[in-house]
Amino acid sequence: MTGQLALSPTPAERMAVAFARVLRGAGLRVPLGSVLTFVDALGRLRLDNRTQVYWAGRATLVRTPEDIPMFDRAFSAFWLSAVVDTEAPAEEEPVRITLAVDDDSDEDNADDDETPEAEADPSITLRFSAVEVLRHKDFAEYSDDELTIAQELMSRLEFIGPPRKSFRHHRSRRGRRPDLQATLKSALRSGGEPITRHWRQPGERLRRLVLLLDISGSMEPYARVMLRFVQAAVSGRQRVEAFAIGTRLTRMTRELHSRDPDRALAEASKRVHDWSGGTRLGECLRQFNDQWGVRGMARGAIVVVLSDGWDRGDPQVLAEQMRRLRRVSYHLIWVNPLKVTPGYAPLARGMAAALPYIDDFVEGHSLAAMQELAAVIAAEAPQRSAG
Amino acid sequence: MAPTLNDPSDVATALRANGYIADEGLATAVFLAITLQRPLLLEGEAGVGKTELAKVLSRWTGGELIRLQCYEGIDITQAVYDWDYSRQLLHLRAAEATGESQGLTTNALEQQLYHERFLLKRALLAAIDSKGDTAPILLIDEVDRADDEFEAYLLEVLSEYQITVPELGRFAAVRPPIVILTSNRTRDVHDALKRRCLYHWVEHPDFEREVRIVRMRVPQALDRLARQVAGAVETLRTLHLYKPPGVAETIDWAQALVALGVTELDEHTVEVTLGAVLKYREDQERTRQHGIAGLVKQAFERGLSAG
Repeated sequence: MTGQLALSPTPAERMAVAFARVLRGAGLRVPLGSVLTFVDALGRLRLDNRTQVYWAGRATLVRTPEDIPMFDRAFSAFWLSAVVDTEAPAEEEPVRITLAVDDDSDEDNADDDETPEAEADPSITLRFSAVEVLRHKDFAEYSDDELTIAQELMSRLEFIGPPRKSFRHHRSRRGRRPDLQATLKSALRSGGEPITRHWRQPGERLRRLVLLLDISGSMEPYARVMLRFVQAAVSGRQRVEAFAIGTRLTRMTRELHSRDPDRALAEASKRVHDWSGGTRLGECLRQFNDQWGVRGMARGAIVVVLSDGWDRGDPQVLAEQMRRLRRVSYHLIWVNPLKVTPGYAPLARGMAAALPYIDDFVEGHSLAAMQELAAVIAAEAPQRSAG
Repeated sequence: MAPTLNDPSDVATALRANGYIADEGLATAVFLAITLQRPLLLEGEAGVGKTELAKVLSRWTGGELIRLQCYEGIDITQAVYDWDYSRQLLHLRAAEATGESQGLTTNALEQQLYHERFLLKRALLAAIDSKGDTAPILLIDEVDRADDEFEAYLLEVLSEYQITVPELGRFAAVRPPIVILTSNRTRDVHDALKRRCLYHWVEHPDFEREVRIVRMRVPQALDRLARQVAGAVETLRTLHLYKPPGVAETIDWAQALVALGVTELDEHTVEVTLGAVLKYREDQERTRQHGIAGLVKQAFERGLSAG
């Protein structure tokens, strides 16, 4: 079918390609392979049947429920324009359509977050002496250059964490289960007599690490540095998940995956729409628990909340969600950059509500504190009493 | 034989005849999965009928249902094939005892051992190597629980519909199975695998469809009761529960009510049967706070509407 593309495109091909353009314009990732499947699908359906075309698109071009609203908007815009002139070459019109994608004012805001270029680098020797000073300096007082250095240092942190037993077994000298495969192999060599026996035992597996970063207004001086910390974790090891919490919950794992930190941070900033807005900690944690955490992501995981604990919502909600999170997680850590402030007491209502459920309460204002955090993550979880 | 299909509505009709009420989106996705021979990935809340769909497909087409339940650490020996080592060992000893192995080289002996009769076919190989007249239905359940490595392997199998066993050679499907994958989204399924599949997000059914499902699955329930149950469940789903009830729970509840001889909801019956719909203590408490009386009242109004 697709071999004929070079000749004259069929109506289905024309429609598929045009619509794929609209989707890409709206910000959806549409790989060519999916478009070809869409063409195949359209070939089996009626092109003038709106619902059939809609569902064919949904089945072939959408891959997560989060993309559905965007798809819907793009589809109705496309369908309107497509019905008017089905015969006209589908080249130019759809590309022009600008869809009402969410307010971009937020995005401008986020752009400020981008790293200063590396040319501003002082020489290497200088930097090393600077490190000691930097280690204890409060993030809020960092200059842009210092941020760059801090980022480099953070990317060297390691976040392994205690492993757990995996279900997968591997060969070992001594173990609990006989390894029949290996026993048979050596039996073959000794004339069918299983003289040496081989064993298997369970391997070890990294625990998942889940990072929830508060990006609300009150966290502003810290959030951008902490985002680097989060990015370093995501790109540094497997099985890490990252979310931003503010007025709503945003998953950033995919965006932060890039090994190039600048790109990762830029992508994440684009994705998150509520930088420096309000905080609804409890509500966001509820969303996290409902949609991800309790379903499996937080189960047996090391969960780290990076937040100052200011919450505009009902502290009851936060307490309830922390309790849920504690019940499924392996190790629950709260990082609060304000903790170091002289005379600090967890008076923020949210912080006070969350405190009873936390395993470890850590500072997060400086590089030294972040190193400390990395050590806490790597440590065995404290014994918990029931409840 | 695989059914001949002209239109998504054929699928909807056939599924309905086998006890599954699909909306247009799902019917189209299934139609395309069958006609394009692509795997279908279903995501959605627990209890919306993802797994059930595979069972119904098997009932409809007559294809054997082969189920692979994924879990963390699942590997080739559990999902694809394994050798029956204990029988191989026995065979080896027997060959030794009868003197049969005397004239044989190690190579020849090994060839005897790695014969198809010592091969244990697990779900994936069984589906690829199926000898039936009808394409089997391969259900790969909760694929999000398996590891990335397994997903990569799965991608290979689902692209080529063939499996290589190094000792034996290649098994290629004569009739590629109809493949249904389900995921609860505890993590993202890898993009490459998603691209290989058709995708459908399964929603909770709307009120009218849920009533029809209850009527179909619990025929003893009168129309009025079915409408009230569906109405109550619809309200429950708006209460921000930890685990909003799925269709499975709606059916359980209706069955429980029928077993108790209930023909109409009232506060007391809801109170005592709440455990059939809500499986968390916190959810039950929240519902009580919301008010069972209010719930029943809303359910009644729903029951009357257009009923």
